[in-house]
Amino acid sequence: MTAWPNLFHRPGHPDTGKPVLLGVAGLRLELEGKRILDGLDLELLSGEIHGLLGANGSGKSSLAYAIMGCEDYRPGAGEITFDGRRIDGLPMHERARLGITLAWQEPARFEGLAIRDYLRVANPKTDVESCLKRVGLDPDEYAARAVDKTLSGGERKRVELAAVLAMQPKLAILDEPTAGIDLLSLDALLAVIEALRAAGSTVLLITHQAEVAAHADRASQLCGGRIVCRGETASVLEHYRKRVCKRCDGRTCHV
Amino acid sequence: MSDFEPLYDLFATAGWTPPPIPEAAHVVAYGHRLASTQSLAGVRVEAEATDTGIEARITIAAGTRVAQPIHLCFGLYQQFGVQNVHLALTLEPRADATVWAHCLFATPLAARHAMQAEVVLMEGAVLRHQEAHYHGTSGDIQVIPHTRASLEKDARYLADFSLIRGRVGRLDIDYSVNVGEAAEAELTSRIYGFGSDAIRIREQLKLDGQGARGLVKTRVAVRDDARAEVLGMVEGNAAGARGHVDCMEIVRDRAEVSAVPEVRVRHPQAKVTHEAAIGSVDSRQLETLMARGLAPEEAVDLIVRGMLA
Ligand SMILES: Nc1ncnc2c1ncn2[C@@H]1O[C@H](COP(=O)(O)OP(=O)(O)O)[C@@H](O)[C@H]1O
Ligand SMILES: [Mg+2]
Repeated sequence: MTAWPNLFHRPGHPDTGKPVLLGVAGLRLELEGKRILDGLDLELLSGEIHGLLGANGSGKSSLAYAIMGCEDYRPGAGEITFDGRRIDGLPMHERARLGITLAWQEPARFEGLAIRDYLRVANPKTDVESCLKRVGLDPDEYAARAVDKTLSGGERKRVELAAVLAMQPKLAILDEPTAGIDLLSLDALLAVIEALRAAGSTVLLITHQAEVAAHADRASQLCGGRIVCRGETASVLEHYRKRVCKRCDGRTCHV
Repeated sequence: MSDFEPLYDLFATAGWTPPPIPEAAHVVAYGHRLASTQSLAGVRVEAEATDTGIEARITIAAGTRVAQPIHLCFGLYQQFGVQNVHLALTLEPRADATVWAHCLFATPLAARHAMQAEVVLMEGAVLRHQEAHYHGTSGDIQVIPHTRASLEKDARYLADFSLIRGRVGRLDIDYSVNVGEAAEAELTSRIYGFGSDAIRIREQLKLDGQGARGLVKTRVAVRDDARAEVLGMVEGNAAGARGHVDCMEIVRDRAEVSAVPEVRVRHPQAKVTHEAAIGSVDSRQLETLMARGLAPEEAVDLIVRGMLA
């Protein structure tokens, strides 16, 4: 496995002392009678890049949807606070207006909507050119194209990251940004994360790939509906790579 | 003969910018009154007003490439009125032209517009036909555009019908196109209905020639109590014929849509496919925009406008 340099780790910046931006406490989520999240606790510190690790099917995307406020992912119990206020009762667009956004694992396609206009949805004054350049798309070629099915999977994911950049959110939830048929290069992703950090955004970097999570400041591992390990990225990764966790009682927790 | 003022008023009412019509080849008629016609080199425009309507014939000479769009402007500026138009449009071999039809009915009350068009594209001719309608805001109008087109070898016909601002009233579109050898036809219609609008679309492509290609693409959005009935028919009647029917309809409130993509194949080497997506706005699309801060109604609007763009 390639060892990627950790560009974003800044020793000497102890995480303690930074305010909590997002707090998730005791979150329970059931989908079709199945318990997906089971008393999950998570804290994101303001300005950090936080890796959320977990095997496929462990509930990472479901957690992202619950934080964002998707209709079908209403938690049965627990609290979500953002910037010091409860948000679990708010509809999705109101959470977005507070500064939360989500880049979907498989973003939707829109017929007849130009990429330029898509990037301006959150902010009409968006500098479309610079956002597209950030994600490695040539504005001359892409700004006028539609966000429709003529884009490849990788192009669509880049557009999604550009749209997140355009929004300048307080919290960007990136769901498996490198996964997909047409792989988004890690370099492009790192450039986006760097730009988000520079703009003061907090990032929840969701991935099942240890080498992607390695770029986070801190990380949490999700298994069996709960966070089973949290803290410095290096130690969480060590735990994740062992492929077992306390919650799974010694059994393999990600396959 | 020049009489453009009412036309410019109609454009303004529809919220459109008028193109430079006087300089281009054109026919302008209000009701059954012919206001202006103009021919250009290679483009012969003849029209007359009869007791029963407007008779127009446009012929584009062989090999002529018409740089400027040809304008067909049909309007009613009185509240009550009837307009019948009969149009014969012929492109001789290898002629290449763009036609913009503007059908503007600003303040209709019990008005009716019927268009019967016969389009002939001879060998290798290319016609881009864009037809934009504005029917005002009363909904008390009936509009009946019927077209019969035939495409000879290697001809291309791209027809685009749009009615996306103001009310529809009662609309009854009927297009039928015979597509010859290696010729290509694309029919697109984009319509937004609301109130008690009633939309009927029947579009038929007969892929008769070897290697003929055709696409019927329909985009309809309806809300309130509007109704839409969409019938897209493609027949593959020859070897190598390729056709596709693509319907997308968004339905809100108490509105109702039925869409029937009908495909028929009469030759073992012909192939016709269809796709239809009918329903409310896709929830993933909606949530993607809401995650950027759009309220649900704003998100639906953007999705519908994109679909009709
Ligand atoms: N809408 C849904 N309805 C029912 N089950 C779902 C739904 N979404 C996800 N699940 C189930 O929840 C579990 C977690 O899925 P997901 O959150 O996508 O995991 P991850 O993102 O970690 O791969 C899986 O077992 C999945 O099948
Ligand atoms: Mg997932």
